[in-house]
Formats: sequence, C-alpha cells, structure tokens
Amino acid sequence: MKLSYDIYICGVGGQGIIKAGEIIGWAAMKEGMDVVMSEIHGMAQRGGVVSTDVRIGQAKGTIIPSGHADLMMAFEPLEALRAIDKIRKDAHLIVNLTPIPPFNINAGEYPPVDEIIEKLRRFSGNVYAFDADRVALEAGHPLSTNMAILGAATAMPDFPLSQDAIIESMKANLPSKLFKVNLKAFNRGFMSLEG
Amino acid sequence: MIKILDARKGDELFLLGNEAAARAAIESGVTVASTYPGTPSSEIGDVLSRIASKAGLYFEFSTNEKVAVEVAAAAAASGVRSFTFMKHVGLNVASDSLVSIAYTGVEAGMVILSADDPSMFSSQNEQDNRHYARFANIPLLEPSNPQEILDFTKYAFNLSEKFKIPVLVRTTTRVSHMRSRVKVGEIKKMRKKGQFKKNPKRFVLVPSTAKTMHKELIKKTEKISKIVNKSPYNQHHKTHGGYGIITSGGAFNYTHDIINEKKLPISILKLGFTYPFPDKVVLRFIEDLEKVFIIEEVDPIIEKDVLSIIGRENLEVDVHGKLDGTFPRIYEYNQDIIEASIRKQIPLKIKRKEPLKAHLPERPPTFCPGCPHRAVYYSINKALEELEMDVIFSTDIGCYTLGIESPYNTADYLLSMGSSIGAACGFSKATRQKIVSFIGDSTFFHAGIPPLLNAIHNKHNFLIVILDNRTTAMTGGQPHPGLPFDGMGGEAPAIPIENIIEALDVKFKVINPMNIKKSIKAFKEALKMDSLNVVIARYPCQLSLKAKGKPVKVDNDLCNECLECINKLACPAIIYENGIKVNQKYCRGCAVCIQICPEKAIRPKRGSSR
Repeated sequence: MKLSYDIYICGVGGQGIIKAGEIIGWAAMKEGMDVVMSEIHGMAQRGGVVSTDVRIGQAKGTIIPSGHADLMMAFEPLEALRAIDKIRKDAHLIVNLTPIPPFNINAGEYPPVDEIIEKLRRFSGNVYAFDADRVALEAGHPLSTNMAILGAATAMPDFPLSQDAIIESMKANLPSKLFKVNLKAFNRGFMSLEG
Repeated sequence: MIKILDARKGDELFLLGNEAAARAAIESGVTVASTYPGTPSSEIGDVLSRIASKAGLYFEFSTNEKVAVEVAAAAAASGVRSFTFMKHVGLNVASDSLVSIAYTGVEAGMVILSADDPSMFSSQNEQDNRHYARFANIPLLEPSNPQEILDFTKYAFNLSEKFKIPVLVRTTTRVSHMRSRVKVGEIKKMRKKGQFKKNPKRFVLVPSTAKTMHKELIKKTEKISKIVNKSPYNQHHKTHGGYGIITSGGAFNYTHDIINEKKLPISILKLGFTYPFPDKVVLRFIEDLEKVFIIEEVDPIIEKDVLSIIGRENLEVDVHGKLDGTFPRIYEYNQDIIEASIRKQIPLKIKRKEPLKAHLPERPPTFCPGCPHRAVYYSINKALEELEMDVIFSTDIGCYTLGIESPYNTADYLLSMGSSIGAACGFSKATRQKIVSFIGDSTFFHAGIPPLLNAIHNKHNFLIVILDNRTTAMTGGQPHPGLPFDGMGGEAPAIPIENIIEALDVKFKVINPMNIKKSIKAFKEALKMDSLNVVIARYPCQLSLKAKGKPVKVDNDLCNECLECINKLACPAIIYENGIKVNQKYCRGCAVCIQICPEKAIRPKRGSSR
C-alpha cells in the first residue's frame, strides 16, 4: 500500500523548483494533510540538477523511492528522462518543452526534444508536454515558468489539492508584488492542459 | 523569516529543519549564537541573522568554526545560553576547543549542532560526527525531522544546563533540508547578560586541573547514562521473538516507510538520544529477537555498541548491519537501499523494475553567467598558455572549486578550508613545479592567514590568487570580516585583504577580473615572479548584484564559429543553436564574452540601455 501521494519536481538550478514544491507543501499542510518535502541547497544549485520530492500522506522519508512518484513536474525535458525511474506506472508527467543544454556538452549532444518526449511516452501514457517558458513569457514574466507548471499540475485529475488551496498558498508564499503575474502564469498553465 | 520569530505557541509552520533549529534557539532563550556558514547548516544562520536584533539575542558569523565554538563556550561559562552550529567538517576545525569545553563544562545550556552530509552533496567528505560525541564524551541527540529538531534541541539545552555539559545535536542533509509541519512552542525569556564567576581550577585547563576535570566529565557521563535509558526519545514496545530494527536520525524515516508500506513484521526501535548509549533499552529490545538489523548513516556506530551488548550479555542474536556487509558503508540511505539490504537476510516477495539504462549527458554544477571566477580562470589559463607554463593548481573550498570541471581545469589539489596555501608550501619545497593557490575571500579569513604567514616566514615560492567576490557565496551570501557589515546587519569595520598582505611585505596586485586584457597581463607578470606574490581578483558575486549589465548579442555574419566563447569561456548563457547565440534569459551582461571574441562578433545589443 502506498503511504503517500508523491510528486517529483525536477529541473535545473535557478528555475524556481523549490518554491513550487513549497507552495504545494504549504497548501497540503493548511488542508490538514501530512506532508514532507526535500530541498537541495549549496553547490548543487549552481546550474546543476535540482529536484524536490513532495510527499503528501504518511511517508516520513523525503526521498521518493523508485517507481513511486504519482506525478512528475519536469521543468526541463532531459531532466524528466533522467528521473524516469522515480515514476510509477502511468504516472502523470508534466514536461516543459524548453531545453537547457548542459554547459559542458557540444552542440548536437543534447537529444532532440521530440525524441525525449517519445521516450517518456513509453513509460507513461499520461505525458503532458507544453512550453512553460513561453506561457510564462506571455503571462508577463520569464521567471514565472514554475507557476505555469504548477498550474498544469493542479489540473491533473488525481492532484490532491484544489485550485483554490494552491492559489491561497501562492498568496502566502510569493512576493505580493509579483503575485498577479504569477497567478496569470498559473492560470495559463492550468488552462493549457484543461483545454 | 519573521514568521519564525512571531509564531505563537501552538501555531503550525511549514519549516525547513534548519529553520526549526533557529526557532529552537529562540524558544530556549539563547543569548549568544555563532556559526561559520556551511551547507547543510547554513540556513540556521541566515534565519538568526535576520531575526537576532528583533529577538534580542546576539548572533555572529564568526571567522571560523573554532572561533564560533569558543564564543559560545565563553557565553555558556558566563551563565547565558549559547548555540553554535556548523557543517560536519566545521566541527573538525572547532574540535580542538570542543574537547576542552567538555572538560571545563558550562554554567548555562550550550548546544552544538553538527549538520553532516552523507553522500557529500556539498562537502569534501561524509564523516560521521556522531564519533565526536564519543570522542569528547558529550551527550548526543539525533533528530529525524524538523519537529524533532525543535524538540530535541530544546531538550538538549535543558540537559546541558542540568549537567553543565555541552550537548551535540547531529542532523544530516536530508533532515536539515526537510520541510514539514512544525508545531512551535513558547518563546523563553533570555538572560540579557551573564556574569563570569572566576574558577581557574575548572576553566584553565593545565595538566593538574585537566586531571580533575576529566574525572568530573566521566562522573557526568555516568549520571547521564541513567537518564538515557528512560528517555522518551528511546522508546519501544517489548518484542517477542522475530526480527527487529534499530535505527536513528534520517535512516529511521526510510525504514518507517519500507516497513509500513510492505507491512513487514519487523519491530523498530528508534533511538533519538544515542550517547551515552542507551544499553538497557537496547538490551530489552534485542534479548528475545532472532535477528536485528542496524540501520544508520554513515558509520557502524550503533552497530558496534549493540555488538558489545551482545558480547557482554552472551546473547544469541544475529546482527546485520554494515560490518557483516548487509548494508552499505558509504553514502546516505533511502528506501530502495534499505529494502534491498534487508532482502539479503530475509526472503521478501518484492517485484523490482529494471532501471532505465539510457546514457544521458550529465549536468554538473557550474559558475553562474556573469561569475567573476569564470573570468579569472579564463585569464589565468590564457596567461599560462602564452607563457607556455604548466602549474599545480592548489585550490580551496568555495564556488571556485568548480574550476575542477573542463574547460577550466584549475583544480589539482584540495583538502580542506585554507589548504590551498598550506599545501602550496609543501609543493614549493617538494617539487620544481610552479604553483598557483586559489582561495576565496571568506576562506582566506577563515583559514588562509596562518598558512600565508608560514609561506612568508619559511620562504616558500608561489602565486596566491585571492578570489574576492565580496561574500561567502557558496553558502548563500553571508558576510565575512572583509565587509562593512556584520551578521546582524549592523555596521562593522571592514578589514581589507590588501592591508593584511601589505603589512606582511608581500608583493601584490589588485585586479578587476572582468577586465580580461588587464587580468591576463597581471597574471603573466605574477607568474613570472620568482617569489611569493599575491593577486587579489576583486569583483562581486553576480548573485549579489541587483542590476544586469547591457545585453549582448552575436553578429552571426562576423562570427566564424571558432568556438572560443563556447569551448574556453563556457558560459551557460552562450549557446549553439544553428550558430552561436546569447540566451537573454541567462545573460547578465558582464561583457566578458565581448572581450574574448577574436572576431569581435559579440557586441552590446544596439540601442539597448541599462
């Protein structure tokens, strides 16, 4: 029996991954659910792989075991593929289509994004890929990519928190100055999958 | 941040383990707190730094961990509570005084929090600092989550004060960086000032007094041994045969998950107060068992204590831990590792998925766009190329250690904080090779000065490059003695590094590393010198700069794709996508790429302004 609803959020340092996790976790706590999450700080943040595990339920360990994630929020296509062992069968995968090639590889070494998405589909029938960077830009701020992806996650059928609970958490955990732009990105992300 | 201070008893906050530790200090009535920043402990200081003035406590970023522990010890000796915290390797630096503080004891509660880093997410080793409790003979608590960090740390202060002994709280990365619900307690009013009551027979450790104080320490430990067996942090239900697990800290969390998810019939004894070792609790737990698993990170410490109980009591229990090869002796654990390890000893029906074996490009961390370290490494490599010179790069601890990666390759030897200069002294006498030391500003203050004195006095010959980015960058931007403000945000006298160098009569030059031409020239001159000399490369960490420079773009008609910018500078903002492009989202406008482009194809974007 699974102890928790597990959300694996991954991407590259600086994409606002931890903040997205914190918003989900805080909302879960406010809804009276038990929740643990992991954060990565320090050297790994400098443009390296960053991930956050959010576990809503009875689990105590902050690491999502392999084959457990019910939902993956991948801020970067290559990082979705790197973490694919984390997901359970037919988990929901939200994948941002904008790639960030690692600095140390030569041109052409980065696998084509459509090939990555194709591979991901072999692991789950529920892959939702969209250009969250573009959605964020259209919403008014390139740094609201994380909220666009959060919006998409909230639209998932088995997502354990309501849209209202997440928005409430965004209000409490984001700078008020940027809330409007972030909400716009969130709503566009939500619609991009609903529609 | 303010929430951490303003929350009232019973409020529930979503706290990081490190934030819970800061709250524990406030709830315990700490008067003096000190640290040197280090992952995974850094956020404790970040929180205290922001709330200290309002909370009324004194907080400082000390120059290093040894100073931090001494600041805290003197406060506790004067009758006010003190809290000091650091990463695991920081406790090595502090250990000289730590062992003595155990002897002298304290008057008010003193807690040392050591944040260990199993799997070395941000460290040079994964040493298990639970050894320090045994080494110094001080009590040890091992919380598993943020709520326990709060509760155990508060308890540690009371225990410390009652027995007049410093107490060690040991966390790990996954516990310090776990965020979860924390129900906070009441804030205790602190004593504003203490009064040091002189007692040289206790507080001045010389052979005659140390002999007495060691005896005193052992007496304290013996008394605490009785408490530890009744501690609510070491509770379990009586077992009747079968299998059991003894675990502690972060390892408990994964153990809990596996046992409950798979509904395995194995009893768990979670130990929270682990030194002095709760031998009676453990004996009661294991005496009727057939097998006991010991699940701990990183060294087999509990395991050895369990084995000694089994030997003493002549029990017939199989012990499966690290020593018999059941569990790995290295790295952090997780549910998958624990499950696979238990399976070696008990047949469990578990389906395993084949892991994905695709080869994917790696993504090592690197310098941020606009980082002055990249510019320094680019320039020194150019200077060396032009001089046809090969050197040993003796590097140090900070973001600049990322020079280990290609294309920079500017890291050949590194041991610990300050070792860049100490090791260079050795290389300069043991070899005929040319040596360059790299050391950051905060690291220079922390541990770079004694080896610099050594280098001068013993006539060593090498180049020291001080990478002065005006902050302690890797840990999130904490201040250090070179800056005009202190850990509580107040004004403070800044100590210019060049004043220290100048006073020592060493040749030095201060450069702006973002000016590539001048930097290459300065490095060439410095490298040609046949004596100890210093280059201070001063430019602020780009994370601390609010404003971006002018945006740049590539004129693809001029660009002949020589790839100097991609292959030598390797800035993540410069990408190859049907020609070289600058990714405006990441570019900070530092203008280094403009200077290094041989075709002058990279330029400020026309019509753009700041």
